[in-house]
Amino acid sequence: MNRSPMSRPLLLRILLILAFTAALEALCRLGVIDRFTMPPPSRILEDLARLLVTGKLYGAIAKTLSNCAIAFALAVVAGVAAGVVIHKSRLLRQALDPLFATYYAIPVFAFYPLFIIIFGLGDIPQIVIAFMMSVIAMIVNVLNGLDRVPAVLLKTARMARMSPLETALRMTLPSAAPYLLTGAKLALAYAFIGIIGSEFIMSRGGMGFEIAFAYTNFDNAVMYPLIVLILAISVAVNALLGIWEKRILARRGLR
Amino acid sequence: MSGLSAWRGPILLVVGLFVAWELLYLLAGDVALRSPAQTVRFTIELLGRETFWPNLAETAKAFAVALAISIVLGLAIGFALGFHRLSGEVFEPILVAFYSIPKLTLYPIVLLAFGLGMPAKIAFGVIHGFVPIALFTIGAVGNVKPVLIKTGRVLGFGAFDMVTRVLFPAALPEIFTGLRIGFALTLIGTLLGEMFASQRGLGYMLMNAIGLHNVDIIMSVTFMITVFAATVSAILLAVDRRLHRSG
Repeated sequence: MNRSPMSRPLLLRILLILAFTAALEALCRLGVIDRFTMPPPSRILEDLARLLVTGKLYGAIAKTLSNCAIAFALAVVAGVAAGVVIHKSRLLRQALDPLFATYYAIPVFAFYPLFIIIFGLGDIPQIVIAFMMSVIAMIVNVLNGLDRVPAVLLKTARMARMSPLETALRMTLPSAAPYLLTGAKLALAYAFIGIIGSEFIMSRGGMGFEIAFAYTNFDNAVMYPLIVLILAISVAVNALLGIWEKRILARRGLR
Repeated sequence: MSGLSAWRGPILLVVGLFVAWELLYLLAGDVALRSPAQTVRFTIELLGRETFWPNLAETAKAFAVALAISIVLGLAIGFALGFHRLSGEVFEPILVAFYSIPKLTLYPIVLLAFGLGMPAKIAFGVIHGFVPIALFTIGAVGNVKPVLIKTGRVLGFGAFDMVTRVLFPAALPEIFTGLRIGFALTLIGTLLGEMFASQRGLGYMLMNAIGLHNVDIIMSVTFMITVFAATVSAILLAVDRRLHRSG
């Protein structure tokens, strides 16, 4: 395993991102990209700091993040449960595989008005949409993980007379963990897409609502910082899940 | 697998979905959705309207262009990064990160950069579609057996021959999986682009119908998109499985 704090590709990657940001900064400052299209990156960070200090949008940020968290948590729990059930049944698997292959080409947002009618214009329809989008990513990766549990582990469990619960906790779950984390990463992205997309379409608050509002009012000093904040949060959570994934793999000597 | 049992799953799925749909309709009623029969009837009526066809043509054109760009860009990036190890190590995590950020959030930026219309939706389709194709291609090229590459070197193949005669055939099954996912994501990207960044096309019709609460149009357009996506995905999935079996 590479123990040096910073490997060469990582260093190059950071330099590259810095160079790209600097180039954007230069293009914006020189007026090649006009300020109505995009403010310079340094300006966006300044605006973001100001937004966070004044706390004007804390309500919107809290609303969006808590809805994402609820949808994400529901999707992970339901996804694992559904994945285990589907994995057990060959028929269910055969029936649902084509659905999984098609699912992400279908605009799930089309069902948003339906849920607004059923649940009213509040947080619930957004959470339902986000859940619908993210649970499938979870199920698909749970199935992937369960497919790849080595048969020898299950045999060992049987020889040690482990109960089904013990087998699941001590053999299946650790073995499938990296796939579960991959699923969780995608599920998180889809939870964000579901919540923020619904907020774009129809809502009374949240970061998506504020972004759409700022867009219609040409308010780049709010729009860009909020977009950057959403992207930063999703990249940060992904990176944390990624570190966890690497730990698991490293413990097994796979990386 | 006999012909019949191969069809059992998909048939069960379609029947199950229609039953669930009908039940949901009976529960939620006319104000929320339409029954399967009503949707099919309205879809046929919609297909007879002259105003519908320009929208369909618009979406078809945007999707075709976006898919072509996604494939070319994805394959080019995938082969370049799969071939050149250091570049691969530098760029692959960036692509992975880009794959898992909520790109829908970028729509105002795409709009500001491209303006309202065709280029914006194509761009939206491409930013969704090219990444899985590139990532699967990188993985596929990395998994090609070294002996094949060595053989190519011994035969004195240049970069072009190496890609077209060694890497591509050997990596095809995995690349195809990337193309299959790229197809679905380019489609949703284009449609999302139309919903948020356009004034024509099926996505716009959908968004407009959501705003006006026109349940007939919402149901029919979603139904058509789903049937199209499901049909193509099923074909691609069948080809995918065949390639993986023989490969």
